Amino acid sequence: MSTGNIQEYNGLWVFAEQRDGTPAQVSLELLGKGRDLAEKLEVDVTAILIGHNVSEMAEELIFYGADRVIIADDPIVKDYRTETHTEIIVEQALKEKPEILLIGATCIGRDLAPRISARLNTGCTADCTELDIDKEMRLIVATKPFFGRDLMADIICPLHRPQMVTVRPGVMELKTQDRKRRGEIVYIDVNCKEEDIKVKVLETIRAVSDSISLEEAEKVVVAGKGVGNKEGLEMVKELAKLLGAQLGATSLPVDEGWVSEDKKIGQTGKTIRPKLYIGCGVSGAIQHSAGMINSELIIAINTNPKADIFNFADYGIVGDSNEIVPALIKELQAVKG
Amino acid sequence: MDIVVCIKQVPETSDIGWDSKTGSLIREGVEGILNPNDKNALEAALQIREQHGGVITALSMGPRQAEDALREALSMGVDKAILLNDRIFAGSDTLSTSYALHCAIKKILHFDLILCGKESWDAMTAHVGPQLSELLNLPQLTYATEITIHNNSVTIKQKLEDGFRILESSFPAVITVEKEINQPRIPSMDSIMNAYRDKEVQVWTNEDLGEDTTHFGLKGSPTQSRKVYIKKVQKGKVAMLEGKPDEVARNLIQLLKQKGLC
Repeated sequence: MSTGNIQEYNGLWVFAEQRDGTPAQVSLELLGKGRDLAEKLEVDVTAILIGHNVSEMAEELIFYGADRVIIADDPIVKDYRTETHTEIIVEQALKEKPEILLIGATCIGRDLAPRISARLNTGCTADCTELDIDKEMRLIVATKPFFGRDLMADIICPLHRPQMVTVRPGVMELKTQDRKRRGEIVYIDVNCKEEDIKVKVLETIRAVSDSISLEEAEKVVVAGKGVGNKEGLEMVKELAKLLGAQLGATSLPVDEGWVSEDKKIGQTGKTIRPKLYIGCGVSGAIQHSAGMINSELIIAINTNPKADIFNFADYGIVGDSNEIVPALIKELQAVKG
Repeated sequence: MDIVVCIKQVPETSDIGWDSKTGSLIREGVEGILNPNDKNALEAALQIREQHGGVITALSMGPRQAEDALREALSMGVDKAILLNDRIFAGSDTLSTSYALHCAIKKILHFDLILCGKESWDAMTAHVGPQLSELLNLPQLTYATEITIHNNSVTIKQKLEDGFRILESSFPAVITVEKEINQPRIPSMDSIMNAYRDKEVQVWTNEDLGEDTTHFGLKGSPTQSRKVYIKKVQKGKVAMLEGKPDEVARNLIQLLKQKGLC
C-alpha cells in the first residue's frame, strides 16, 4: 500500500545522532549534503535531535546546515533505545510529513532506520555512496554499489514517504560550518512512558582506543585478497608499522577472519581519505574503491595488470604482494638502519 | 524456549548477473551458500536449546534451491525447516521480505525468541531483523555478542562502535547476532545425509500464508532500482614501476621519501 497524497510531503530531515552531548560526525556530514539536496528541491533542512540535556548542540547543527532543529529532551531518552527514538521520530514525521529522511549508518542508525521504515511502511536504501535529486519527480536518487563487480544501482522510492536513506560515516564530505547561520529551534514533548518500553539499558561500557582511527590516519596500507593467507597479512601489517601507517583491508581478509571487521574499507566499511594509500593484493572492485577513491596518493600492487585498481592508482606495481611487500620491508629497514 | 531462526541463501560469488528490466539479482542458477552470519544465529539457537530445551524452526524465503540452506540448518540440528517459495515473492526489497517472513512467523504461533544474523553477506543492509521486529511489534536486540537467558527475560551484550551495552528485554524478542558470538558447528557427514534423506523442508506458498498479496514481491517493495549500470572508476594515467621486487621496492621507497611520506 503506497503513501496517499505524496504532494503533502515536504522538507528534508536529518536524524541528528548524539552521544553524551556530542553530535555524531556523520550527522554533520549529512546536514551539509542535505543542504545541497534541499536547495534543489527548494525546501528546508530539519535536524531531529533526541536526548537529555542536548539543547546546546542545536546551534552547531544549524551552523552545519539545518534551518530548523526539533529537540526532544527528556531523561527517558538519555540512552538511545530503538523504541523511544522510533516513537518520537515517527510521531513527528506523521505530523509534519517530511519527504526525505537521512540517517547516518552507524550502529545506532542501522538499528533505527529499518525500524522507522517498517512502521511508516516506506522504503529505506542502505549504505548509499552518492545522493542526488530528480527535481521533476521530487525523488531522491540513491546510488550504491550493487552486489557484483563494477555494478552501480540507482535506487528510488517513488510511491512511499518519507524516502529514507542511510549513509556510512565519512562518505559525504564534512562541510565547513557557517557560524553566521541562524535557524529555528522547536521543542517537542516526549510522550514515552518507561513502563511501556520493553528494552532496558543495564550497562554501557565504553572501550577506550589508543590507536588513531583509520578515518583519521594519514597513511593506510591495505591488505586485499591477493595477500592469500594470514601470513601474507602479517607482512602487510609489518609494512604498515614500519611506515607509521594504519592497517586496512578489503572484504575478503575480514570475511576470512584474518583481520577484525573495523579494518574494512569500502561501501560497507569505512571511508578513508589518507595522504598515502598502498593497496597490497587489492583488485579495486567498486565495493572497496567507493571507500578510498579520494585518497591523495594511491599505490597499487597486484598480480593482474588489468586489475581495476590500475585505472585509478597513481603508481602501480604488477607483481605478487607476497614478494613485493617483503622487499619493501627490507628496504625500509635498510633505510632506517 | 522455542526459537525461530531466519536464514538466507546468498550467492557464493559476487560475479553474478542482474535482470536489466527489474534491476533484481538473478539468483536462480547461481550456486548458493548459507549466509555465513546466519550460521552464528543457528549456533546460538542450538546452544540455547541445549540449556533450556524447546523447538528450533529455521525459516527462509527464496527460490527452490534455497532449500539447500535449510537442509544445512537441519544438518546442524534444527528441528523444523520452512521455505517460503512463490513466484509472487520474487524481487522483494528488504521491507517486503520482512513482511513475508512476519506472515510466516505469525503462522508458527509459538515462539519465545527470533534469531537472525546481523546482516547478509550479499546486500549487508542489516534491515530484516529490525523490520521484522517492527512488523511483529516485538522488541529488538541488535548486534549481540552474548545472549543470556533468564527466567523471565533475556539479556544481550550489544556491540557498538565505541564499546558495548548490556540490554535486557522480556520475551518474546528478536535478536540479531554478530559473527564473534560463537563458532558455528560443522555438521558431520551423517547428519548431512540425514538432513537430505530423513528430514522434511516444508514449502509454504503465498496461499499458505493467506495474506494480502499487495505487500509481496516486486510490487510490494517501496524501493525500486531505477537503473543498474557498470561504472569504471578512472583517474589519470598510472605510472608503472617495473623491475625485480628489490628494485621496485627501492624505487618506491625513494619516491615516498621524496614526497615526505616515509
